[in-house]
Amino acid sequence: MATEILMPALSPTMEEGTLAKWLVKEGDTVSSGDIMAEIETDKATMEFEAVDEGIVGKILIAEGTEGVKVNTPIAILVDEGEEVGDVSAAPAPAAEAAPAVEASASAATAAPAAPQVDLTPDWPEGTAMKEQTVREALRDAMAEEMRSDDTVFLMGEEVAEYQGAYKISQGLLDEFGAKRVIDTPITEHGFAGIGVGAAFGGLRPIVEFMTFNFAMQAIDQIINSAAKTLYMSGGQMGAPMVFRGPNGAAARVGAQHSQDYAAWYMQVPGLKVVMPYSASDAKGLMKTAIRDNNPVIFLENEILYGRTFDVPDMDDFTVPFGKARIWREGDDVTIVSFGIGMQYALEAADKLAAEGINAEVIDLRTLRPMDTGTIINSVMKTNRCVTVEEGWPQGSVGNYISSVIMQQAFDYLDAPVINCTGKDVPMPYAANLEKHALITTDEVIEAVKQVTYR
Amino acid sequence: MAARKAQTKPNVSAEELQGYYRDMLLIRRFEEKAGQLYGMGLIGGFCHLYIGQEAVVVGLEAAAEDGDKRITSYRDHGHMLACGMDPNGVMAELTGREGGYSKGKGGSMHMFSKEKHFYGGHGIVAAQVPLGAGLAFADKYKENGRVTFTYFGDGAANQGQVYEAYNMAELWDLPVVFVIENNQYAMGTSTKRSTKSPSYWERGAAYGIPGEEVDGMDVLAVKAAGQKAVAHCRAGKGPYILEIKTYRYRGHSMSDPAKYRTREEVQKMRDERDPIEAVRSMLLTGKHATEDDLKAIDKEIKEIVNASAEFAKESPEPALDELWTDIYA
Repeated sequence: MATEILMPALSPTMEEGTLAKWLVKEGDTVSSGDIMAEIETDKATMEFEAVDEGIVGKILIAEGTEGVKVNTPIAILVDEGEEVGDVSAAPAPAAEAAPAVEASASAATAAPAAPQVDLTPDWPEGTAMKEQTVREALRDAMAEEMRSDDTVFLMGEEVAEYQGAYKISQGLLDEFGAKRVIDTPITEHGFAGIGVGAAFGGLRPIVEFMTFNFAMQAIDQIINSAAKTLYMSGGQMGAPMVFRGPNGAAARVGAQHSQDYAAWYMQVPGLKVVMPYSASDAKGLMKTAIRDNNPVIFLENEILYGRTFDVPDMDDFTVPFGKARIWREGDDVTIVSFGIGMQYALEAADKLAAEGINAEVIDLRTLRPMDTGTIINSVMKTNRCVTVEEGWPQGSVGNYISSVIMQQAFDYLDAPVINCTGKDVPMPYAANLEKHALITTDEVIEAVKQVTYR
Repeated sequence: MAARKAQTKPNVSAEELQGYYRDMLLIRRFEEKAGQLYGMGLIGGFCHLYIGQEAVVVGLEAAAEDGDKRITSYRDHGHMLACGMDPNGVMAELTGREGGYSKGKGGSMHMFSKEKHFYGGHGIVAAQVPLGAGLAFADKYKENGRVTFTYFGDGAANQGQVYEAYNMAELWDLPVVFVIENNQYAMGTSTKRSTKSPSYWERGAAYGIPGEEVDGMDVLAVKAAGQKAVAHCRAGKGPYILEIKTYRYRGHSMSDPAKYRTREEVQKMRDERDPIEAVRSMLLTGKHATEDDLKAIDKEIKEIVNASAEFAKESPEPALDELWTDIYA
């Protein structure tokens, strides 16, 4: 049976090419693997091999022809004693291009309605509270989850015998043993990958980075392996695990140890991103993170580790993802923050209250999923918004929030949204410069005055 | 210094030899068909064919037990077929269709089968090496006696994370066989041009990991080495390295003009060392099979491969709402 030989696609982007040279002539016998022609693609000159055996019955496209479209018949291969005339079937057409995907659900709506927001309290009324540091809350959360699920384990640098570089894992080795609290060598890329592989294999790893600055060594495993595998496997397997550690500036440790990665990770579909401020949120969100079936980036803060907050004294206290917390209600302006940014937001709100400006202060707690509904609801009431974060200004979390507000509550705004951020510089070491590079309470107050025209 | 090549005077049955012939031929014919479909525009993007390397995965699968795991790079079609994944599902993933293993969302380089313990299919060179050590970590943690085959190429063997994984795998005695498929070219760069330490398996010594070099064109030698490695892992002695010397006949990917080696070099390998021809000749000279037996196998394979191509053409493209699924569990 005669078969048509088609102009091949020899690269992912090739649509047409030049048939540079025929290396066979009519009447030649070819077998699989023989080079038939040289074809110039958009990238290079490629040799084109025969796939089937047969006799070259007819050459349809002369050598030197330019602009030969992919899938154009270029020659006909026949069996011994066969005529060129009996070419069987037309070649199968290439798959048609998929129609353009409809715009995602984020398109602006003409008449925005107030979004549905989950306003249930985090703990039942009347629950007894106890004072706890963020550090203790994180440790208790991990310990409780390790007690209830023996597939949960902690790995990282100095987490076991040293009791944690920042003492977050203090006591865990004693309680759970070396099988479940594992010191790693200093090898972030490697142990992050081993953690992801262990999650593929059915465990629930907690991978501690001594700081998130060092996680840049491992970011390929976090994003390409942990975040994308569920999608790439059509839902067959993913990485239920937590990557955690201190994030953002500590004090006087310079540019390479002082960076806020909130906006980086928040961008990645497949990841969930948590950045708590208080001890109760640290505890409740950590427990939720460990139980979540997805990779969770849990961004802690060294300066907050030692802060004391009230934590509900409950058997199993958890905080759901995607639910912001309103720390303070107010009518004049909405201040949105998360993590250590909350410290500046709350201080500013106190001082502004003394001047008669009542700010509503929202702690996002999780950045992905983000509770934009609570922000929009608040902005519909206050008509003004200031965002506060420690990270850099370009591509910041505040930039994203501003865009959501513009799309969903534009008509409610009485002033442009202002994003208060860290300065657009690597973190300096000198004490005075470092102070200047970080966001300050005064800057938040100044921004609020601008949007309230005071 | 050099490891002894595994002895290949095995007592091998006709049935076993025919099985290897069949499994290797399936990979070769499947890959040839994939190349054809690529040329027709039915397969897009990158497509890395396994032709020439068939004895590596077929030999090692013969050394594996039920429940053992495997993970590899983007040159992954052979591994999937060898571990028993359905050719239809693999081919349909290549064409980006609903019937593919990842519903068309992964493609040639990113395919998985939890059922067959195949953990991908990874597109970032060497990322699968710590991942494979992690799978072995999970098995050791669960004390289930399983072993993970972690495949990577001579190109990946120069990535830093390989050595991070070696160090921890030996430190924690993880049951993982590191399989270096040395096909001599990392894309277009020959091993000679990428290292002065070309005996990759010896690098394990720096971490205390034993290993050996294996003739990857001899399926029986690969199987014997695989059995040795697996026994080491299952005995709780930690990882083992197999550097399997092999050769890919085709380009790195479909868009590789292959100017870095001569036609003669490739042809010589095909003529003198072809792993499928070697088994074929063993079958015939040992009177384990007749020409007619082999023709019947050829025909059966051709039918399987043609059916997979038909399935991959007929299976519809994924529904548009698949865009938004499987992002979160």
